[in-house]
Amino acid sequence: MSNYSIALIPLLPLATFVVLGLFGRKYLSAFAGIIGTISLLISTIISLVTAYQYFFISGKINGIYQPIIALNYSWLQFTPSVSIDMGIMLDPIAMMMIVVVTFVSLMVHIFSLGYMKGEERFATYYAFLSLFTFSMLGLVLSSNIFQIYMFWELVGVSSFLLIGYYFDKPSAVAASKKAFIVTRFADLGFLIGILILAYSAETLDFGTLIARLTDASSPYFVNAAGASFIGISALTWGLVLVFLGGAGKSAMFPFHIWLPDAMEGPTPVSALIHAATMVVAGVFLVARLFPIFAFDAAALTVVTYVGAFSALFAAIIACTQTDIKRVLAYSTMSQIGYMMFSLGVAKHGGEGGLGYMASMFHLFTHAFFKSLLFLGAGAVIHLVHSNEMKDMGGLRKLMPITHITFLIACLAIAGIPPFAGFFSKEEILLAAFHSNKMVFFVALFTSGLTAFYMFRLYFSIFWSKESHVHENGHGEGTLTMKLPLVILAVFAVFAGFFPIASLVTSDGLALETHIDYLFSLTPVALAVAGILLASSLYKSENSKPQSIATTLGGLYTAAHKKFYMDELYMFITHKIIFNLIGKPAAWIDKNIVDGLMNLFADTTAQISDNMKGLQSGKLQQYASYFFVGVLGFMLLFIYLWN
Amino acid sequence: MNEIGLTHILFLSAILFFIGVYGFLTRRNMVTMLMSIELILNSVNINFVAFNKFLHAGKLDGTFFTIFIITIAAAEAAVAIAIIIHLYRSNKSIDVNDADLMKF
Amino acid sequence: MSASIVIFYILAAIILGGGILAVTAKKIFRSAIYLLFSLMGIAGLYFYLNYEFIAAVQIVVYIGGIVVLIIFSIFLTHASGKDMEKPKLMSVIVSAVAAVFACAIVISLINNYSFVATTNTAIEPTVKNIGRQMLSTTEHGFILPFEVVSMLLLAALIGSIVIALKPKTEA
Repeated sequence: MSNYSIALIPLLPLATFVVLGLFGRKYLSAFAGIIGTISLLISTIISLVTAYQYFFISGKINGIYQPIIALNYSWLQFTPSVSIDMGIMLDPIAMMMIVVVTFVSLMVHIFSLGYMKGEERFATYYAFLSLFTFSMLGLVLSSNIFQIYMFWELVGVSSFLLIGYYFDKPSAVAASKKAFIVTRFADLGFLIGILILAYSAETLDFGTLIARLTDASSPYFVNAAGASFIGISALTWGLVLVFLGGAGKSAMFPFHIWLPDAMEGPTPVSALIHAATMVVAGVFLVARLFPIFAFDAAALTVVTYVGAFSALFAAIIACTQTDIKRVLAYSTMSQIGYMMFSLGVAKHGGEGGLGYMASMFHLFTHAFFKSLLFLGAGAVIHLVHSNEMKDMGGLRKLMPITHITFLIACLAIAGIPPFAGFFSKEEILLAAFHSNKMVFFVALFTSGLTAFYMFRLYFSIFWSKESHVHENGHGEGTLTMKLPLVILAVFAVFAGFFPIASLVTSDGLALETHIDYLFSLTPVALAVAGILLASSLYKSENSKPQSIATTLGGLYTAAHKKFYMDELYMFITHKIIFNLIGKPAAWIDKNIVDGLMNLFADTTAQISDNMKGLQSGKLQQYASYFFVGVLGFMLLFIYLWN
Repeated sequence: MNEIGLTHILFLSAILFFIGVYGFLTRRNMVTMLMSIELILNSVNINFVAFNKFLHAGKLDGTFFTIFIITIAAAEAAVAIAIIIHLYRSNKSIDVNDADLMKF
Repeated sequence: MSASIVIFYILAAIILGGGILAVTAKKIFRSAIYLLFSLMGIAGLYFYLNYEFIAAVQIVVYIGGIVVLIIFSIFLTHASGKDMEKPKLMSVIVSAVAAVFACAIVISLINNYSFVATTNTAIEPTVKNIGRQMLSTTEHGFILPFEVVSMLLLAALIGSIVIALKPKTEA
């Protein structure tokens, strides 16, 4: 497989985007889905082949996986040593990500064939999906930090477009704006972080950057670690700011507020972007720069605690939400929190690198079962035409395939062996146990909560009361909707057996992992307890959940209201920023800036209003002006000139 | 002042010119404004003839200019009077101040 | 004081007197007649300068043509016996002051300027000479302007007919 064919992986979706974006609505409306799916299928095959070649044939040198620069094109040359390049870098995490992205995207493309059928802007939808896939692939294949930033923003744009796909719905418009503004704000941090890192290392290229900033004796490192601002070194600032960008995209606390609202987009989009791929970009970013993070304990601590807190925080909220997509959104946030703190507790290389491997492993398995959950939820919503739990219940007979696959996904996320989630979660818990006991207990508790809220969701949808949804003809949906569910379910079952440990590690060396059955007992028992609790509360309709909610009182209400985070943001933006900064600025703009301009304009208008009287239409007046003018010139030229 | 020279005739034409200007600026009747223009043109003709006679006796250019100006004046008078008659028909007035449609 | 000078002053008096009366007369018809006198004075001036041909053209075109045309237009548009509207006092004062001031400047300029005459042998402005040169196609001929002016006259003729025609809707 030549290096150029690797470039085809992102370029095929880009071509699809261009073709569908330009001609889709008018000429290709009927085939848009097929075109998008086939082009992505080719992309997926190429990426699978590339990954196979990398992992098993060409990637290893002396038993260590090396990053390979497949393509590099110098794009903007600033100085002989600093330039912005466009390139493709192959390394284990990039390989894993392209497989995940293309595969999940392909599933979503297929699912959408049925789900989005009959939409007016069907072709536009596929064009946006292709744009997103292109950007995400470009992001994971980036060879330098500036390129990743560009694709990072492209991903943000396509996410914005897809959340706001139903732009005639005010809530969707608001959600897309919110997502864009919040992530943009975080990206500002990212950009500043990039500048700090690039300034201190004098390069943008990942390989060089990492080499220079992880060598304690290099002048670059000394510079970066020596310069300090408010007592914190420039290197830490840079890394924390980069992490800020990652936290924005990955919906970590406190930038998580956009993710639940982003569920306004079409459900397959949520499965692709807001569950499996884009939101893990933050994790990917930290993993990409992990050697530098591992060198800076302070930055890594921030990552750990933000991740752990987000995981717990989101899990608690998820227990109280009634919109099934929002439950899944908070669950996503919680799982990404897992990946984050798992990175945070890791060290570079050797046994300490377990957390890194676990994080990547969890990212890998999570992509499958979470997109499966979303697609399943999509199928349910497709049938019920509602996102609310109370409109569902007893659907297991109506949609057997969705039911089974959803159950598999729930078991997987709950961490029940032998489903995929079990393995990755065990690794994470193990990594946390070895390095930070507090984080470990938070993770353990969250794991129990996860099982509880996932099965609350499951029982509410498929059991609870008798179904009152009438068979409305399309039943469970078309074959194209069932097929991805089944395929993803297979992966949700078996992805755990994938030998990630020997392929994707912090230092490229294979890592020996062993399942410690004694250690696994606690989390599995907690998960089972969570499931049993959920089943007793929600399996059949009863008043217990209500009474528990009443007992918990304020706590329940707070969680249900998402701990008032939205209100807090509103308070800060409206009451503080708008009133104290926005209003005075607006006043200055309106009265002083505009006033000055209006003064100019009014004066000009006044003068011209007065002057237009000169043009009276009276011939003799004109003649007098002319005569006086000629007289004036005569005097000027004859008497005054010399 | 014992011989009539160029200067005398130029004085005459200058005075006639400004009489015409005065008439053009004060008269409100379009026909009389036309007459003022004829006076101005005539003062110019006098100048041409005088220059030809006193300064460039070897040529006839001044004469020709005079002839052409007279011709053009005739054409101009014809067109002007046509316009005046037309305006009179539409405005029922030949007061120049009533024909002030071309303004802001 | 020779007869020549006396004749010049008489002509000047007729020209300027006619002109002033033409621009100040209250009745429009009288104004036209004063203009006639002024133009005749100018024709006399041409005779005085020995430009007989131009004097003849002046009489034929101006007096016989233009003034008659003006009188016709007065009849067509005016109650010729009525007084004309008086000009505004303000505009009279301003125009008079400006005209007198400008006239004074011009006269003083003329007075201070020394004209230099050529010493070439004079060509008599006889009809023969004028006609020869007017229709000559050599370097100093005026055949081209002659033709252009004839076109202009034709255009003016057609144009004035078109303008003065009654619109069909009114007919």
